Amino acid sequence: MGRQVPVTENARDILSFEHGMHWLSFGISLFVLGLLLYCIYRFSEKANPTPSKTTHNTLIEVAWTIVPVLILVAVAIPSFRLLRTQLSDPKADVLVKVIGHAWYWSYEYPAVEQGGGFTFDANLDEDKQPKLLGTDNDMVVPVNKIVKIQVTAADVMHSWAMPSFGFKIDAVPGRLNQFWFKADREGTYHGQCSELCGARHAYMPITVQVVSEEAYAKWLAEGKTKFARIDNDTAKFAAAR
Amino acid sequence: MANATAHSGLHDAHDHKPPFFSRWFLSTNHKDIGTLYLLFAFCAGIIGAFLSFGIRMEMEEPGLQYFSSPGTYNVFVTGHGLIMVFFMVMPALIGGFGNWFVPLMIGAPDMAFPRMNNISFWLTVAGFFSLVCSLFVEGAPGASGAGTGWTVYPPLSTSGHPGPAVDFAIFALHLSGAGSILGAINFITTILNMRAPGMTLHKMPLFAWSMLVTAFLLLLSLPVLAGAITMLLTDRNFGTTFFDPAGGGDPVLYQHLFWFFGHPEVYIMILPAFGIVSHIISTFSRKPVFGYLAMAYAMVAIGVVGFVVWAHHMYTVGLSLQTQSYFVFATMVIAVPTGVKIFSWIATMWGGSIRFTAAMHWAVGFIFLFTVGGVTGVVLANSAVDKYLHDTYYVVAHFHYVLSLGAVFIIFAGIYYWFPKMTGHIIPEWAGKLHFWLAFIGANVLFFPMHFLGLAGMPRRYADYPEAFAGWHKVSTWGGHIFALGMVVFFIGVVLAFRSSKRAAANPWGEGATTLEWTLSSPPPFHQFETLPRIVDEPGHH
Repeated sequence: MGRQVPVTENARDILSFEHGMHWLSFGISLFVLGLLLYCIYRFSEKANPTPSKTTHNTLIEVAWTIVPVLILVAVAIPSFRLLRTQLSDPKADVLVKVIGHAWYWSYEYPAVEQGGGFTFDANLDEDKQPKLLGTDNDMVVPVNKIVKIQVTAADVMHSWAMPSFGFKIDAVPGRLNQFWFKADREGTYHGQCSELCGARHAYMPITVQVVSEEAYAKWLAEGKTKFARIDNDTAKFAAAR
Repeated sequence: MANATAHSGLHDAHDHKPPFFSRWFLSTNHKDIGTLYLLFAFCAGIIGAFLSFGIRMEMEEPGLQYFSSPGTYNVFVTGHGLIMVFFMVMPALIGGFGNWFVPLMIGAPDMAFPRMNNISFWLTVAGFFSLVCSLFVEGAPGASGAGTGWTVYPPLSTSGHPGPAVDFAIFALHLSGAGSILGAINFITTILNMRAPGMTLHKMPLFAWSMLVTAFLLLLSLPVLAGAITMLLTDRNFGTTFFDPAGGGDPVLYQHLFWFFGHPEVYIMILPAFGIVSHIISTFSRKPVFGYLAMAYAMVAIGVVGFVVWAHHMYTVGLSLQTQSYFVFATMVIAVPTGVKIFSWIATMWGGSIRFTAAMHWAVGFIFLFTVGGVTGVVLANSAVDKYLHDTYYVVAHFHYVLSLGAVFIIFAGIYYWFPKMTGHIIPEWAGKLHFWLAFIGANVLFFPMHFLGLAGMPRRYADYPEAFAGWHKVSTWGGHIFALGMVVFFIGVVLAFRSSKRAAANPWGEGATTLEWTLSSPPPFHQFETLPRIVDEPGHH
């Protein structure tokens, strides 16, 4: 078992940044471990029967304050750059509205001019493999297009997570959160709800199919007949009541 | 540091201890109340550990094996979190060691407000009782207990849990919170007003410093929690909509309020441990603490900055770029004073003449494991990466490294260090060391694989998970068994200590132990320092 394959620029940037951070963490931990082991070996009661009385060394105290500051600055620069890219707001080719429910997701393709205009629910499909990760109706997006996700929730909070795209965003009732991605490899990708939402929290998976533009057009056409149309709001609310 | 003109009080026979009921149920003696807190933390810890055992057994394999409903699993997770934070770590470190050793270390006869001290304790017990009740009443529709996570986020804790379980949990937090606020006032007053003549703040032992900072954090953060959960209570029962968008409220407001308390809370749990570790390292290295003032003010800095980093728990709720950038920056700042502390502990050992007692094993183990937990904290501080890691097992690994392997290790270190002082009995060193190695190996096998699970995308608070995550979960459960075995060794050690006829000397640790508690008999007299000790400057220190 390893990390899920990153298929967006953002996910790859996170992976390389995080690799750097882990090497740094590894280095710092080993450095501290090394110092401790040296002290244990060199300054044990047997090896060093008379303790020194040193309690100050201004130079070294300044050093171990300044050096971590410099390391953190070096970490912060790429970190801020990555954050700025993540939260930028490019023009979307496809807009999808995602609504979290206890305990399933529903997806709206609201923009008629983008070939949408329908909505559907995605429930866990127990028969699909990998187990607990398949849905009955997958979300489908075209490859190499900027897809903007707008996320909200109908009852309690949920969180829409897609490790292969390198993000998760909370679905909060009364708020519309957004995030974008541009997946550059076709395939089926899995995520899971990532904000505790009650008993069946573990059973509301997220499955996204990234497909070619032709396949996407075909799916849209099928979707319009297969899934309920989004009618105007009054009709929709009337139906819901 | 400073030395005292040796003085010890009367011996046990002349102590005038009150009879059993008044001594333990109407206690006003800081040592008795400290003992009560430690025993209480111990009992709560057993229940908390039992819940975590349930979690770990269930997670050993994918699918549901032990829980008939995944909602019950959530109740276990919630109970484990709340109990370990509010009824195990806090009572042990603050109520237990704080009550026992702050007055002894600063040369005071007792705490400033002995009766308030007593009600602090009993409020905590009442809170615990309320939390246990919450496990057995309806929470989510048709299920008992609050399965909200220790954060009690609405709307799951409001519309998601119509039953009274969440009200009981909120009441538990109110009661124990009130107890902690009273305790904090007591510590601040005691430390600021009752130090022995000659003991200026800058000569005060680091454990007392850590308790002073902790008490201020409690005093400033707990009222915010109390406010937030009161709003939750009125949202639940009286039709307000503070956190309900249907009435113009916002669930994210609760998260801001909760974490404004919640982040200082993690320092409330670890700062007393910082204080204890400094004394243990210094005692067994036979050297004064390196960079005493930097150590004290690093804790103050951690306390202050700890109040302005809360939203790093909320990077995925939809904060603006500017807000997220600020919280990334502020969070990273905390790494600096924490680094100062780590390096100063190592510098204290450097050049020392180190005796590897059981307590020293735990303290040195703590330094390393806390470093590991600290660096993963810096990884998580980066909002960009947290988009991937938030709410995964990586976070679970991180906070168990700093708390379970940090705070809990120091609770044991403190027990092995102060047990002879508190009871006059001696836990055999072999038991403490064997316990340490089992806990060290067990906890690492238990929690290190969680980093891998998180990196692979395993979300936290899941009763059931896809096959792909099964391997590391299995390893993690083995670690849990090893850790539990260590606890058995601990019990054996304590039983052997009480059965043995060996008695501890006033200062069993030798010349490295310089704080005032070692000038008293073991156990100390019922009332100590009836004549206040005088602190005289020792040339060569500072």
